[in-house]
Amino acid sequence: MSIETVLLLIPLLPLFGSAVAGFLRHQVGRSGAHWITIMAVAGSALLSAWVAWQVFFNGLPTLDYTVYTWAVTDGITFEVGFLVDSLTALMMTVVTFVSLMVHIYTIGYMHDDPGYQRFFAYINLFTFAMLMLVMANNFMQLFFGWEAVGLVSYLLIGFWFKKDTAVKANLKAFLVNRVGDFGFLLGIAAILVYMGSLNYAEVFDAVPAVEGTTISLFGDAQWSLMTVICICLFIGAMGKSAQVPLHVWLPDSMEGPTPISALIHAATMVTAGIFMVARLSPIFETSDVALSFILVIGAITALFMGLVGIVQNDIKRVVAYSTLSQLGYMTVALGASAYSVAIFHLMTHAFFKALLFLGAGSVIIALHHKQDMREMGGLAKYMPITAATAWVGSLALIGFPFFSGFFSKDLIIEAVHYADRPGAGFAYFAVMAGVVITALYTFRMLYLTFHGSTRMDEETRSHAHESPAVVTIPLILLAIPSLAIGYFTVEPLLFGGALSDSIFVREANDVVANELAHKFDHGALAFALHGFVTPVFWLAMLGVGISTYIYLFNPGLAETLKRRLHLAWTVLDRKYGFDELWQKVLAGTGLSIASGLSKGGDRTVIDGWLVNGSARLVGRMSGALRQLQSGFLFHYAFVMVVALVALVASFVLLR
Amino acid sequence: MLTLAHFITLGAVLFCIGVAGIFLNRKNVLILLMCIELMLLSVNMNFIAFSRFLDVLDGQVFVFFILTVAAAEAAIGLALLVVLFRNRRSISVEDISDLRG
Repeated sequence: MSIETVLLLIPLLPLFGSAVAGFLRHQVGRSGAHWITIMAVAGSALLSAWVAWQVFFNGLPTLDYTVYTWAVTDGITFEVGFLVDSLTALMMTVVTFVSLMVHIYTIGYMHDDPGYQRFFAYINLFTFAMLMLVMANNFMQLFFGWEAVGLVSYLLIGFWFKKDTAVKANLKAFLVNRVGDFGFLLGIAAILVYMGSLNYAEVFDAVPAVEGTTISLFGDAQWSLMTVICICLFIGAMGKSAQVPLHVWLPDSMEGPTPISALIHAATMVTAGIFMVARLSPIFETSDVALSFILVIGAITALFMGLVGIVQNDIKRVVAYSTLSQLGYMTVALGASAYSVAIFHLMTHAFFKALLFLGAGSVIIALHHKQDMREMGGLAKYMPITAATAWVGSLALIGFPFFSGFFSKDLIIEAVHYADRPGAGFAYFAVMAGVVITALYTFRMLYLTFHGSTRMDEETRSHAHESPAVVTIPLILLAIPSLAIGYFTVEPLLFGGALSDSIFVREANDVVANELAHKFDHGALAFALHGFVTPVFWLAMLGVGISTYIYLFNPGLAETLKRRLHLAWTVLDRKYGFDELWQKVLAGTGLSIASGLSKGGDRTVIDGWLVNGSARLVGRMSGALRQLQSGFLFHYAFVMVVALVALVASFVLLR
Repeated sequence: MLTLAHFITLGAVLFCIGVAGIFLNRKNVLILLMCIELMLLSVNMNFIAFSRFLDVLDGQVFVFFILTVAAAEAAIGLALLVVLFRNRRSISVEDISDLRG
């Protein structure tokens, strides 16, 4: 099999699986649906791993070719094409592996659901869309994948479409993403206008020629073209990767089934924005303003969304806010020009966050779809595997040395430390404070769920038991990379130049090569051992210590603190009022325009004037005319005579 | 000496009396029927006059037809009048305005 065939098969297998499971769901049945889709995604995962092997170990050169030309119009080609280099290979492997784990896990999680086949069809379709996104070699296909994953996300958040909250949540996700996609589309349009192509390579080649161009947007002020393009593209990433202030849809997306929270809203789709910025690094590198903007947005997200995670009681929402915070970390890394570190964190985060979500799902199964942590506690003795893997995921999340999250997160913090861009000081503070917050909410979740007193009712407790093997095996398989992948991949990926063929960083901005590389002079082992004595580690331990004291030894303290710090608690519980802000500003404006149009345009002009107005006019006219119809014979006779006289007179006079 | 003009004037006067009777009369449907007869007769008068002065018999033949039709019409009209009176206990023209819009 040629490499082109393999690359074509990788996205097409899940598409085929999705079509079979979706359209022939009655014919293939429940087990048929999961076998076909799992085989499809497993095949795709194996082939992706093989491609990654070829790229990283056998030196496969970058492939950039067109698969199919859709249309050529006015010199612009719309085509389907693959660009396969180290970044793509890495993303393909991560996406298909996590997707495979989630597919297997779904057998257990959705066991009793009537929409079983539909669910498998959707997640297989998602895998296809995500692969198209990461394998794209042009902006059109990127946008196709971007919208397709958004569509599947919409379908899956509203998977339980009879649940009112789920329907509202998926609508919200769709609308908020439209705001982001508007910016994204403007960015792509600007690229097409000024660089005349949609192909990545051609656009990157055209960047130096237009770099100094300025354009006027509002009035006479001149804007750097590259800054405008970068910020527009990043607005798209803010929608997809849930950065403040377009983050509001992600916590609500937890209304969907847990497997998709793990796959779409933690591991893969929400990282599409991060991937996009890294993929387009030659464009983003040209604008320091845009990178500062990215840095600040990421820092705000990393810190403030983590804070909200502390006050959440729904286990999935805690993990969701943690995802927001970690996406903020990745964005910060992008803003510091440490694209490879962002991608590295994306990879480690995909594993440990998928693990945490699936662990939360396992708890939810055991408690018969109860998600409130206040009604959990002490579950470690009932479900040891889930608890152990959740510990692994949590330690990776807080960045405990040797766990995969340690390497990626520590390097982000270091990268920000060395970055010298406006906003870097604030970002450094935010990511450092974020470490404490992360440890705090992560261990709060662990203690409330798995340790301490058992707070559920007797019936739930008696049914609590370890989940079946289809659930625990993916947990274990995800725990392994969460534990180890950072240690083994950090040096080759970041400092061995494995990603250098796909990521471009300017010499002056290159914190990874200039500063961080020295940290690794003695290898990953020394770096991890050194990790025990850094301030970052002690900050994390501070967070762990606080939550251990509050939630394990002194359970009453949390309530007391909540009352004492009522104002702060309310602010966090209301999520800083972003929901209300959007509801009033965007949704409110939209609604008032719509109701204005409905009242003024539709009801007044169309209904009032055109439809009812013409009927009223006829009514009025006939109302006037019917006065003539008196019903008296002599009136009719009089009219007849007068008319006759007039007629005859006209004959006589006009002749 | 009587000329054609005298007869035609008589016809016109009769016709005008008939027309005036139709829309000046507000009380009695019977008078309406009589006025219609009067208008028909004025037409007959014209026919006869022209027939006589132009020496053509066709006009007199016409008059016979018209008289026949007028007799039939009067019979139907009177019958309707009787039915009307039975139904409404009135033959006043002012009371009959069911076609009022």
